[in-house]
Amino acid sequence: MSGIELLYMPFAEFGFMRRALAGSAALALAAGPLGVFLILRRMSLMGDAMAHAILPGVAVGFLTAGLSLTAMTVGGMLTGLLVATLAAGVARLTPQREDASFAAFYLVSLGVGVLLISLRGSNMELIHVLFGTVLGLDDGALLLVSATSSVSLVVLALVFRPLVMECLDPLFLRSESRMGPVVHVVFLLLLVMTLVAGFQVLGTLMVVGIMMLPAAAARFWAVSVAGQMALAAGAGVFASYAGLLFSYYANVPASPAIILCAGIVYFISVSLGPQGGLWQVVRQARARRLRFSRIPERD
Amino acid sequence: MAASPKARDDAFPAIELDQVCLGWRDKVAVRDLSGRFPQGSLTAVVGPNGAGKSTLLRGIMGWMSPLAGRIRLSGRPGDDLAFMPQQGEFDRGFPVSTRDFVAMGAWRRVGPWRAFGAAEHERIDAALQAVGLGDFGRRPLATLSGGQLQRALFARLMLHDAGIFMLDEPFSAVDRATTDDLMALLMEWNARDKTVIVVLHDLDLVRRHFPQALLLAGQGVAWGDTADVLTPENLHLARHLCAGDYL
Repeated sequence: MSGIELLYMPFAEFGFMRRALAGSAALALAAGPLGVFLILRRMSLMGDAMAHAILPGVAVGFLTAGLSLTAMTVGGMLTGLLVATLAAGVARLTPQREDASFAAFYLVSLGVGVLLISLRGSNMELIHVLFGTVLGLDDGALLLVSATSSVSLVVLALVFRPLVMECLDPLFLRSESRMGPVVHVVFLLLLVMTLVAGFQVLGTLMVVGIMMLPAAAARFWAVSVAGQMALAAGAGVFASYAGLLFSYYANVPASPAIILCAGIVYFISVSLGPQGGLWQVVRQARARRLRFSRIPERD
Repeated sequence: MAASPKARDDAFPAIELDQVCLGWRDKVAVRDLSGRFPQGSLTAVVGPNGAGKSTLLRGIMGWMSPLAGRIRLSGRPGDDLAFMPQQGEFDRGFPVSTRDFVAMGAWRRVGPWRAFGAAEHERIDAALQAVGLGDFGRRPLATLSGGQLQRALFARLMLHDAGIFMLDEPFSAVDRATTDDLMALLMEWNARDKTVIVVLHDLDLVRRHFPQALLLAGQGVAWGDTADVLTPENLHLARHLCAGDYL
């Protein structure tokens, strides 16, 4: 078998590998751009917290209505909002800051979610929710993920201009239009929708990785928001492909392998990226030292 | 004597405040403020820290409803409000070019979906030229100095073409030359019958350029011609009133 063949053989040979690639690539296409906005809004950790906070609602939706995106998204949205409201309420009424109260409530939420799933569903279902079923995606799941990603990308395009303005200068947008809060809610809705769809593929623990890692990496290569979004989507797709290959040949679980590959992309970007990567920072510092050392000393 | 333009302006103020109280449940920032910003006036809002200057601007923008009293806007077409935030209130490191940042000012015309036509691009070029950033359009916003950033903010405001401009401490982070350039722009807008309201700290600047002033200290201390407002007695009273909050 030639070297090139090794790179596509698993996908040519096995249907479940093709499905896995399609599902995780579709997820990455929408998750990366959303991650870019999470970082721009300084909400990087919010994605992680949100993924845990929405678990009970998603679980209830899943256990009552089965694999229905509507039920799971509505459930997830409701618990997400509940957690956010309760956390804000505690922060307002007590001296505790919002980050601490938010952490407390999302951890409780995570506990409730895991409990619900293990009470009503089988142990297998719990494993599926936590770690995803990227190698066992059926038609329904595949359709759900690709439909969600398509909707996410289209809606993101529709709200792109006000969303960028909302991240950059919310007060200015507020002085110009009433769209700010609407855009914010739409963005959170897309976030929850994508997280719910991502549960199917990578699981609650790993889904945030495919959202944040490519986005964090893209920042070191592209200057513009649009460029970062495109790169993040591309890097996510590449990480899915590389991770699935790695998982196939090394015989390791697929979703952590995908996240690890995204992690490698991130480390390479931090080191070598031309927009503030370490290599560039060191080189610039050296150039500055050289420049100053050339200034002749007066005698 | 025939009605002077001034009298006409007083009859139709751009903004009228009637016993306005602004604040939050547990803290009133502005108490019982009444008065009017005449159409086409140039007013400086001054006062100690915590006097309620920024709160007043937010109240006029309609971002917080008065706890009591009323804020009336003229409501005439073309009399919409344009607002310039303080530098610390937005993300300076955002990955956006100076040109795109300035282009935000065209929102009222292009909205969320319309394309930027040739006319808009000309407007953006003209605004960048006017503030002395003609060659900076492609520079990332993060690379601008404090003064250059302030110039970009002014360019964005120019694109807006509103009737009433409200600026929150526009000169707090900039050098003298930039202040002079931007002050000239403010005067030019005012000469075109725009109503301009500026929160300021530099009393010398106010005395030199602003015909009208409003001295705030949690309440209106004085409001009218600058010379009558910025008297030593009034300034002393304002400091006294604000210090009292902390006792």
